Amino acid sequence: MEENLKTNLRKSRRTPQATLSEVFAQTATDAAAIGFVLAHLPTARAAPKTHKPILWIQDRLSRRETGRPCLAGLGIMPQEGKTALPELLWLDVSRAIDVLWAMEQGLACADLGAVVGEVWGDAPQLDFTASKRLALRAEAHNVPAWLIRRAATPNLSAARERWRIASLPSGPDQADMRAPGQPVWKATLMRARWRSPGEWVARYDSRSHAISFDPIVATNADAAMREVG
Amino acid sequence: MHQKTKAPRQKRPAQKRPPKAPPAPRPERPDAAPLADPNTQRRILSLSLPRFAIEQHLRAATWRGDTVSEEQPLALAVEGRHGPVIQATTRAAEAGGAVIGARVVDTRALMPEIRIEYADTGAQQVALKQLMFWARRWCPWTALDGADALIMDVSGAAHLWGQEPEMLARMEEELSHLGLSAMLAIAPTHSAAWALARFAGPRAICAPPSTGTARAPSDDMTSTGPADTPQHDRAPSSIAQPSSSPPSAPLTAQMHPLPVEALRLDPQTILLLQRLGLKTIGALAAVPRLSLARRFSRAALPANPLLRLDQMTGRLPEPLSSPDEPPRFAATARLAEPVVDPVPHLPAMAQTLAAALETAGFGARRLRLSLFRTDGQVIHASVAMARATRNAAHMVRLFDGKLTKLDPGFGFDVISLAAEVAERQNVHQRHLDGKASDGAALSQLTDRIAARFGPHALRCPAPAASHMPERNDRFVPALFAMAPQSSQSSQSGQSSQSGQPDTGRGPRQTSPSQREQKIERPLRLFEPPEEIRVTYAVPEGPPAQFVWRRQTHRVARFAGPERIAPEWWADRPGTRLRDYYRIEDQLGRRFWLFREGLIDDGRGTTPRWFVHGAFA
Repeated sequence: MEENLKTNLRKSRRTPQATLSEVFAQTATDAAAIGFVLAHLPTARAAPKTHKPILWIQDRLSRRETGRPCLAGLGIMPQEGKTALPELLWLDVSRAIDVLWAMEQGLACADLGAVVGEVWGDAPQLDFTASKRLALRAEAHNVPAWLIRRAATPNLSAARERWRIASLPSGPDQADMRAPGQPVWKATLMRARWRSPGEWVARYDSRSHAISFDPIVATNADAAMREVG
Repeated sequence: MHQKTKAPRQKRPAQKRPPKAPPAPRPERPDAAPLADPNTQRRILSLSLPRFAIEQHLRAATWRGDTVSEEQPLALAVEGRHGPVIQATTRAAEAGGAVIGARVVDTRALMPEIRIEYADTGAQQVALKQLMFWARRWCPWTALDGADALIMDVSGAAHLWGQEPEMLARMEEELSHLGLSAMLAIAPTHSAAWALARFAGPRAICAPPSTGTARAPSDDMTSTGPADTPQHDRAPSSIAQPSSSPPSAPLTAQMHPLPVEALRLDPQTILLLQRLGLKTIGALAAVPRLSLARRFSRAALPANPLLRLDQMTGRLPEPLSSPDEPPRFAATARLAEPVVDPVPHLPAMAQTLAAALETAGFGARRLRLSLFRTDGQVIHASVAMARATRNAAHMVRLFDGKLTKLDPGFGFDVISLAAEVAERQNVHQRHLDGKASDGAALSQLTDRIAARFGPHALRCPAPAASHMPERNDRFVPALFAMAPQSSQSSQSGQSSQSGQPDTGRGPRQTSPSQREQKIERPLRLFEPPEEIRVTYAVPEGPPAQFVWRRQTHRVARFAGPERIAPEWWADRPGTRLRDYYRIEDQLGRRFWLFREGLIDDGRGTTPRWFVHGAFA
C-alpha cells in the first residue's frame, strides 16, 4: 500500500500536504533557521486538541555549537501528573547518519506532528538517496520533515523545498524603542518543486503564530545589511 | 576443654540488639573464637517431607482417577544394585513389613499381596521444584534441600502470620491440604533447622540469640516425626533447658541432646562416632576442638563432624541460594543444528510469545533474548518498551542491529525469548477507520529509538521547580516517562472519546493572558553559558560591543536588564546574581546575554559576561 501511495504521488505530481524541506542557516550560531521552521509547525498553543508531539533530533556538533532546545522559549510548560502525550521529544545522537535513521523512523510514526533534524556540516551520508528516502516517507505518511543544516553547502538533494534563512533587524517594539521586536528574516527559496523560487522578507508574529512573506524592497533593514556588508 | 561449644554462648550477648540487651551479661573470656554474627541472625526454616515420594504418587494417581490410598499395600520401586529395591511404601505396606531399601523380591516373598509400581524420580523432582515455588507464598527465599525437603529463609516473614508457631501450624495445615505430611522447624542456622525438623518434636523452634528463650515443642500436636529414641528424653530436657541454662544459648541447649545423625553426616562417619561412644551432639561438642580437627583433617564436609558442628552453631556460614522463578512468558527454539545467525528464528518465537501474552491478557515491558552457544556460554540481549506490547513484529524490530555484534562461536543451538517484565494490557478499541488513537505508535517509536541509542537518548520535557533558566528545563527519558501514562491509558482513551482528550493543557488554555505577558525566552540555550569579552559604556548598563567565538558583534538594540537571583537553597554560597539582556547585533542576530554579578556586590572582582541563548 505504501508503494502504491508513492507511485501515485510520483505520477500525479500533486502537491502533498507534508514533505521534506531543507533550511540552510546563513550564520550558524543564531536561531533564525529554528524560528523559521517553528513558524511553519503547528504549536500546542494554536491547536491544543489536535497537536501532536514534535520529534527534534540533533547531532553532537549541532548541540555543542548551537545549544539545546529551551522549553520556555518554545512555549512548552510541562505539567505535573499530565497524561497527554509530550509536546516535544528531543533526541540527542552523535552522528549525522543517526539523525537520518531516527528521522526515517519518526516519519513512519503517525502519532508525530513533525520531525525536525539538525545536521552540522556536509555529511557524506546525507546524499541524494538519503534525502529522497526522507522525502518519500514524509509524503507517504503525511508527516512534515524539516532538515536544518548549518555550515553546509547546498549540494545535491531531493528536498522539495530548500530555503536559506538569514536574520534581519527585527520589527519595532511598541513598549520600548531600543528593544528588539518581532523577528524578521530574509528567506530565500533556492529550489522548490511545486512553486517558483524567490526571495522574501519573512515576518513572524508570535501572538497569532503567523508568518507573512513580503517582497524585498529597499528598507532600512536592507540598507543596514548593505552598510555592514 | 569446653571452649568450642561455649564460644557461641560467650559471643552472643555482644550481638544482641540494643532494646532487649541485658547489660553485658558475660564479659569473661574475651579470647573466645569470634562468631560470625550474620550467620545466626537469620531465621531458617527446614521443611522435611519424609513421605513425599509416596504421597506425590498417590496425589498423581488420584488426579488420574485411580483409587489407591494409604490403606492399600503399595510400594514404589527403583533400580538398585541387585535388582529393584523399595523406595517408598504406603502405611499399609509398612505395617505389613515392607521396608524402604529392601529388595522387591524379598518384599514380595514377605507380602504376596503387595502392589509394586516403579517410581518416577524425575517427576518427583519436578513436583518438589513446583512445591518450592509454591512455598514462596510464605517467604521469598526458598530452595531445594535434597530430594524430599525444602529450606527457606523466613527472616522477617513470620509476622505476616502472627508469630513463628502460628506460621508453622499454618504451613503444616496447608501442606496437609495438599496431602503432604511435613516436619517443620525454625532455627538460626540451616544445620540446626535441618536437625530440629527431623529429630526434635513437631514444629520445633529454636529462638534467635537475642530473644533468648527456647520454645519447647508443643505437646498437643500429633507427632509426625520419626519415633526415634531421643524423642522421649529430649522433650523434657528442652523444656528444662531455658530455666536452667542461660538464655543466651538456646541453640546449643536444644541441639546437644540430639543424636549425631542430626548433623547431616554420612553413615560411615555416624557409625564411627557411635563406635567412639559419641552418641549425641553434646557429647561430640564436648570433645576438644583440636582433637576433632586432627582426627578429621582430611575429611570432606559430609564426613567432617567438626565442620558440621561449626555450620550448626553459625561459625561456618552456610548460605542459601534461592533459584529465580522462570519467566512466565517465554518461547524457546531448540535447533537441530547450531546456527550462527539467530535472526530468522525470531519472528516465529515472537509470535509464540505474543500469542501466550495475548491469551493471558498481558503485554511485555522488557524482553530478553538468550542465545545458548554450543560451547556452553549464554549470551543475552535485552530490550525495553515504553508501554506494554504484544505486537510480534514490533518485538522483532527492536532487536534490529542488536544481534550483529554477538560472537556466535561455533553457533547457537537453543534460542529463548522471554518476557522478563510483563504487565496487564487491556485491549483498546480502534476507530472506525482502523486507526488507534492511544499513542501506541509513539511508544513503539520510543522503543525503537531506545533500543538503538540507549534508554537516555530520547527525552521529553518534565516539570521542574526552579527559576534558573538552565534548571527550569528538565528532560526525562521518554522510555520511562511514558510508563505511568500506559497505566492510565485506558482512562485517557475513554476520555478522548468523550471529547476531552488532554487534561494536561488545561492551565494553558485557561490563562492565555498570562502567556501573552510572558517574558521572552530564547529558543536555544548554550550549555554551559559561553564567556564573552564585552565593551560597555557604564558597568551597570548593557554592552555596546562584545567578542564571542572570535567574532565582534555590535549591539544595535537591547532590552533589559532582567535580574534573576540565584536560588539560595540550591546554589552554593557566594553565587552572584545575573542581569540578562536581550540584544540584537548589527546583522539582526538576537542573543541572550547576562552579566554575572554587580561591580560592588562584594562577591568577586569585575563581573563576567556570558552568552546564554539565541532568539529566533
